[in-house]
Amino acid sequence: MDKEAVKKPAKAPLLVVSKRDALPLGKRILIRAAALVSAIIICALMILIVGKANPFLVFAAMFRGFFINILPSIYSVAILLGISLAVTPAFKMKFWNIGAEGQALVGALVTAVIMIVLGGKLPDPVVTVIMLLGAVIAGMLWGIIPAFFKAYWKTNETLFTLMMNYIAIEGVNLLLEVCGGPSHVVGRSLLEHGRMALFNEPYIIPIAVAAILAVVMFFYLKQSKQGYEISVVGESENTAKYIGINVKKVVIRTMAISGAICGLIGFMIVGGVDYGITTTTIGGRGFTAIMVSWLSKFNPFIMILTSFMIVFLEKGANSAASKFSLIDTNFSNVLIGIILFFLIGCEFFLEYKIHFGRSSKEVQK
Amino acid sequence: MSFANIIFYAIQFGTTLLFGATGEIITEKSGNLNLGIPGIMYGGAIGGVVGGFIYQSGGNVNPILSVIICILSSLVGSLLMSLIYCFLTVTLRANQNVTGLTLTIFGNGLANYLGATLVKRVGGQTATSLNITETSNIFSASLPFAKDLGWFGKIFLSYSFMAYLAIAIALVAAIVLKKTRVGLQLRAVGENPATADAAGINVTKYKYFATCIGGMIAGLGGLYHALVYIQTWTADVIGDCGWLAIAIVIFTVWKPDLCIPGAYLFGGLFILYDHLNLPFMTGTWRPIIKMLPYVVTIIVLIVVSFRKKRETQPPASLGLPYFREER
Repeated sequence: MDKEAVKKPAKAPLLVVSKRDALPLGKRILIRAAALVSAIIICALMILIVGKANPFLVFAAMFRGFFINILPSIYSVAILLGISLAVTPAFKMKFWNIGAEGQALVGALVTAVIMIVLGGKLPDPVVTVIMLLGAVIAGMLWGIIPAFFKAYWKTNETLFTLMMNYIAIEGVNLLLEVCGGPSHVVGRSLLEHGRMALFNEPYIIPIAVAAILAVVMFFYLKQSKQGYEISVVGESENTAKYIGINVKKVVIRTMAISGAICGLIGFMIVGGVDYGITTTTIGGRGFTAIMVSWLSKFNPFIMILTSFMIVFLEKGANSAASKFSLIDTNFSNVLIGIILFFLIGCEFFLEYKIHFGRSSKEVQK
Repeated sequence: MSFANIIFYAIQFGTTLLFGATGEIITEKSGNLNLGIPGIMYGGAIGGVVGGFIYQSGGNVNPILSVIICILSSLVGSLLMSLIYCFLTVTLRANQNVTGLTLTIFGNGLANYLGATLVKRVGGQTATSLNITETSNIFSASLPFAKDLGWFGKIFLSYSFMAYLAIAIALVAAIVLKKTRVGLQLRAVGENPATADAAGINVTKYKYFATCIGGMIAGLGGLYHALVYIQTWTADVIGDCGWLAIAIVIFTVWKPDLCIPGAYLFGGLFILYDHLNLPFMTGTWRPIIKMLPYVVTIIVLIVVSFRKKRETQPPASLGLPYFREER
C-alpha cells in the first residue's frame, strides 16, 4: 500500500502544458527567429549529408540565383503574394478554401480562351478588358459555387474546393486538346492579341497590382465593416448571427472576393507574362499561398516577407541545382517543407508554456 | 478491348487508391484530417524503392526477402512522415490543414529529390528513371495458372499479392472500426475527444496510432503504385493518387468496406479513356471523361450534406485540435 502511495506522484506528467498570456512582440519575433535558425541549420545539415556540398556555397549560390535576375524574382513574389492575399479573407472566416489553385487556373483558362476566340477580331485593348472581366468572373464563380453549398447546407468546403481544382485542370487539358494542335501546346503563337504590358515590360503591372492589393487588403480586413464581419464569422458563427450579421451572405461574398482576386492573378500570368497556358501554370502556388497566409497571421505586410522567403528558396534552389550535381530543383520543396515545419511547430510555444509537473506541485503545497 | 480487361485495369489502378483511402479513413476516424496523405504515399514509395534497390544491388535476390525488405523500408518511410504530422498536429496542436499541405509539399519534394539522386548515382547525370525491374517483377507476380482460366482468371486472380492485401486491410479495418472496442473508442475520439477523454480513453495515443497506422497503409499504396503499377521510379510517380484517395474517403462516406468498390469505380473512371475506344472517348473529349470522378465526388459531397443522415457524416471533430484545458 505504502509503495503505491509513493509511486502515485511519480505518475503525474513530467511536463505540464498550459495556455500562456499574449507574449510581447519582441519575444514572439525571437521565438520565430529561433525556429527559422534551427530550420536553416537542419537544411544545412541536409545539404552537407545528402547533397554532399558545402552549405555556405549552396546558400551563396541561392542568393545569386535570386538576385541576379531581380525583376522576374520579384514578379514571382508578387504572384504568390497575390494568391495569398486572395485566400486570406476566406481563411480568416475559417473557410478552408484550398481551391485557390483552381480559381486562378480557371481565370487563366478563360483569359486564354478569350485571347484565342476574340483576338484579332476586336481591337487589342478591348480584348484585354474582356479578358480581365472574363477571368475575374470565372474565378469568382469557382469560389462562389462551394461557398453557396457551404452557406446553405454546410457542405465540406475543403474537399469541394479541392475537387474544383481538378475540374479546372481538366478544363485546361480540354483547351490544349481542342486548340493546341497535334503537340497540345497553347503558347505565344496562339495567344497573340490582347497582351497586357507596360513599356514593353511585362513584370511591372503584376508587381504593382500585388502591391496595391496588399495595401487594400490590409485596410479591408482591419478597417472596413465587411472586414469586421469576416472576423466575427471566423471567431464564432453564433455570435455573428446574434449581432445580426447575415452569415450566408458574408460567406458567399467573401469567397466571391477570394475567387475574383485569384482570377485576376490568373489573368495577369497568362495575359501579361506567360502568353501561354499549361496545367501547371499556377504550379502549386494555390497551396503554398495557404501556408503563406497562415504563417503571416493574415497580415498582408508580413505576407510580403513570407512570400519573399518562399520564392527565394524556390529560385535559389533552382540556381543551386545547376551548380551542384547532387542538388536538384526538387530540393527547394524539401527546404521549404523543413522551414515550414519549424515555423508551424513554433506557434505552439507562442500560445502555450511548458513547465515541469512535479515542481509546480511542490509550489502549490 | 474486352470487358474483362477494363475491370482488370480498373482494379489494378484502384488498388493504389484503395490503400490510400483506407489509410485516410482510419486517420480521419481519429479526428485528424490528414491532407498530407499524398506526401506520406510518396514517403512510402521512396522508402520501399530505396530499400529494394539497395537489396537488389547487393547481387543475388531472394524473392521473399526482397518483398519483406521493400515493405519494411516502405513502412519506415511512411511512418516517419506520419510521425511528423502527428507531432505537429497532436502534440503541438498545429493547424491540421496547413501541416498536411506542408507535409505533401515536403514528401513530394523529398521523394523526388532522393529518387533523382539515386537515379543520377546509378545512371549518370542524364538518366531520368530508375530500373527496379527485379524487385518490381517479384511484386507484380500473379498466380501462374491465372492465365489459363480465361476471363475468370483475368478478373479475379491475375493481380499482384498487394491487391489482395489491400482488400484484406480494408475489410479488417471495417471490422475493427465497426465491431471491436478499439474501433468504438477510436470513433469516440474522432466524434468528441473531450467526452472520450472523460471516459478514460487516451486521446493522444489513439490519434497517434490511428494516424501512423493509416499513414503506413497509405504508404503501401505509394509502394504499390511505384513498383507494380508504374514499375519504375520517375519524378512525380504517384501523380494525383493521394488527392483522389481523399476524394474516395468522402465518396464512400468514411466506410472502409465501401472503399473497395469505390476505389475500383474511381480507378475505372480513370483508366476508361485509355482502354475504351468509343468515338466520344478518344482524343479531344478525353478531359471531360477525366473530369467525371471529381464531379461525381462533388455530387456525393453535396448529397451527403443535404441528407444529414447521421451515418454518412464525417467525424464531428474532424480537423480540430484537442486540448484538454480548453473551454
